Amino acid sequence: MQAYIAKRCLLFIPTLLLATLIAFLLLRVIPGDPALVKLAGETGDASFTQAELHDLQVKLGTDKPLYVQYGKWMWGMLQLDFGQSMYFEEPVAQDLIDKFPITLELTVLAMLIATIIAVPLGLVSAIKQDTPADYISRFISIAGVALPNFWVGILIVYFLVLFFAWMPPLGYANLWEDPATNLQQFIFPALALGFFEMAFTARVTRSSMLEVYREDYTRTARGKGLAERVVILRHALKNALLPVVTISGFQFGRLLAGTVVIENIFMIPGMGRLLLDSVFHRDYTMVQAIVVVITVSVLVLNLVLDVLYGWLNPRIRYS
Amino acid sequence: MATLLEVKDLRTHFFTREGVVKAVDGVSYAIEEGETLGLVGESGCGKSVSALSIMRLVPDPPGKTVGGEIIFDGQDLLKLPDSEIRRVRGKQIAMVYQEPMTSLNPVLTIERQLTESLELHLAMSKTEARREAVRRLEQVGIPDPERRLKQYPHQFSGGMLQRVMIAIALSCNPKLIIADEPTTALDVTIQAQILDLMKNLSREYGVSLLIITHNLGVVARYADRVNIMYAGKVIERGTARDIYRHPSHPYTLGLLNSVPRLDLPRTEKLDPIEGQPPDLMHLPAGCAFRERCRFAIARCAQEIPPLRPVSAGHLSACFVAETLLSRAKEHAA
Repeated sequence: MQAYIAKRCLLFIPTLLLATLIAFLLLRVIPGDPALVKLAGETGDASFTQAELHDLQVKLGTDKPLYVQYGKWMWGMLQLDFGQSMYFEEPVAQDLIDKFPITLELTVLAMLIATIIAVPLGLVSAIKQDTPADYISRFISIAGVALPNFWVGILIVYFLVLFFAWMPPLGYANLWEDPATNLQQFIFPALALGFFEMAFTARVTRSSMLEVYREDYTRTARGKGLAERVVILRHALKNALLPVVTISGFQFGRLLAGTVVIENIFMIPGMGRLLLDSVFHRDYTMVQAIVVVITVSVLVLNLVLDVLYGWLNPRIRYS
Repeated sequence: MATLLEVKDLRTHFFTREGVVKAVDGVSYAIEEGETLGLVGESGCGKSVSALSIMRLVPDPPGKTVGGEIIFDGQDLLKLPDSEIRRVRGKQIAMVYQEPMTSLNPVLTIERQLTESLELHLAMSKTEARREAVRRLEQVGIPDPERRLKQYPHQFSGGMLQRVMIAIALSCNPKLIIADEPTTALDVTIQAQILDLMKNLSREYGVSLLIITHNLGVVARYADRVNIMYAGKVIERGTARDIYRHPSHPYTLGLLNSVPRLDLPRTEKLDPIEGQPPDLMHLPAGCAFRERCRFAIARCAQEIPPLRPVSAGHLSACFVAETLLSRAKEHAA
């Protein structure tokens, strides 16, 4: 097992390398220049001279050939130096330390909501197949898969403010210092973010459970005289959850991406918002650093899930 | 010998979108205490469904037992409430299934799958159940049972898994074990081992055995009495000897002729039954075997031949049974 984990960690290196390369090149391909954006100012009509622009480009290092820029960035990262923000001209690392936990909390909360609601929903749907309970659950699932998360987010904001005249406390409260306020601020964005995944997981749980229901071993369990509750919880559920664990790896990545939209709708000062702002600022170093952080978190989570999968499914033995 | 289980006019139908499939349509048979009864027929003749109906394990929907009685221990299993039938399953009647590879839960240890019925039906503690599980595994000939208990099904061969299934079936000392094609999925070399094991253990504990198979050889060797099924009905019944020596239904005769025999010259050609089994959704009027039968007479198209005695303890559902019987006796002589 240790050998397997070590091997997987080694495989992180080429994956990361590829991710950095794509992020780096993609930013250079899109039109725009960080020096230009900065000099043009917030409103984009400030005046500056050609010499000023050149000086700033030299200062930011964007005048060098691409391979030099890439090499410099990678060399810095090897020393755990993510570099300076090209827009704010401050170390990128500080921003990441501030913003990443916010986005992580949002993502984890969304994932929890998705799973905790989805698995029972899917189970009920399968057990009570073709009854009103199943129809309701399927309706929720279809709605969730069909509605884009920004639309769900806007609806939530709209209904909360308009019908309940309720606004979450403004600003940002730290989870550990003020959990009550923090949860009030995060629960609805997490709901909007996780709704799609919830619906998706519920559908997967339902179909997987229906399949397990038809398996011979479920019949064997019934044939032993076990109560239906034991048949479901002991024999069926563990098998039915295997595909759910598999998909939650992808979900995490999708949720992280979803935070870009949701954090903007709900004005949460997390990494997703920072990413969007940085793209507008053409803040190359910041965007690159965020991509690296996201890539690493997805890789680590997938490794954790693989280990969990191996625990759930004894037929898988990593070596 | 007392009758242990009596199936009376059992009808289990499947209600599908295309129509009603009469998988089991008026089947009756009885199993005596300590007896081994064979239930023989082609795939799709309803033999497995009739066995699953006893345990009430036919998936519903689409399957439903629409008629008949299954008398076990003085009560009709079909009328028992769910909580009562659960006390019969695994405790009084246990099953050994066709596919040991898929009939055991892949994510649970052998120990868990063995001990759960012990804990449930015999109210054993975890340690007691564990000890009993080891004993049962030893009994079915699994070496190193202590270590094997901790393992998962995928770490066993098919034959070993079927031994585990037998251990599970025997674990609560049932009165009847239903073995549904217990060796079909296994290697030929393992088949005899498994059947011998089941036969010996059932004899040792006085358990009745219902063996469902399409293999006449299995029945000849292990069953006391045999029921031959065709298209959801029993069409011939008798002792294994009766069926072999004096088959008195054309279908049984056809089955016997389509099996290679060591006692005939190798140049002898096999004589398979022509045609296909009937569509259980659109059964023809009269005898279901008529279209494939070389002895059919006009009457066969109009009436369904009833199962009736042709000699003591030997029944056949054929209008020309007597002719066949005397022919078979002549042949034997």
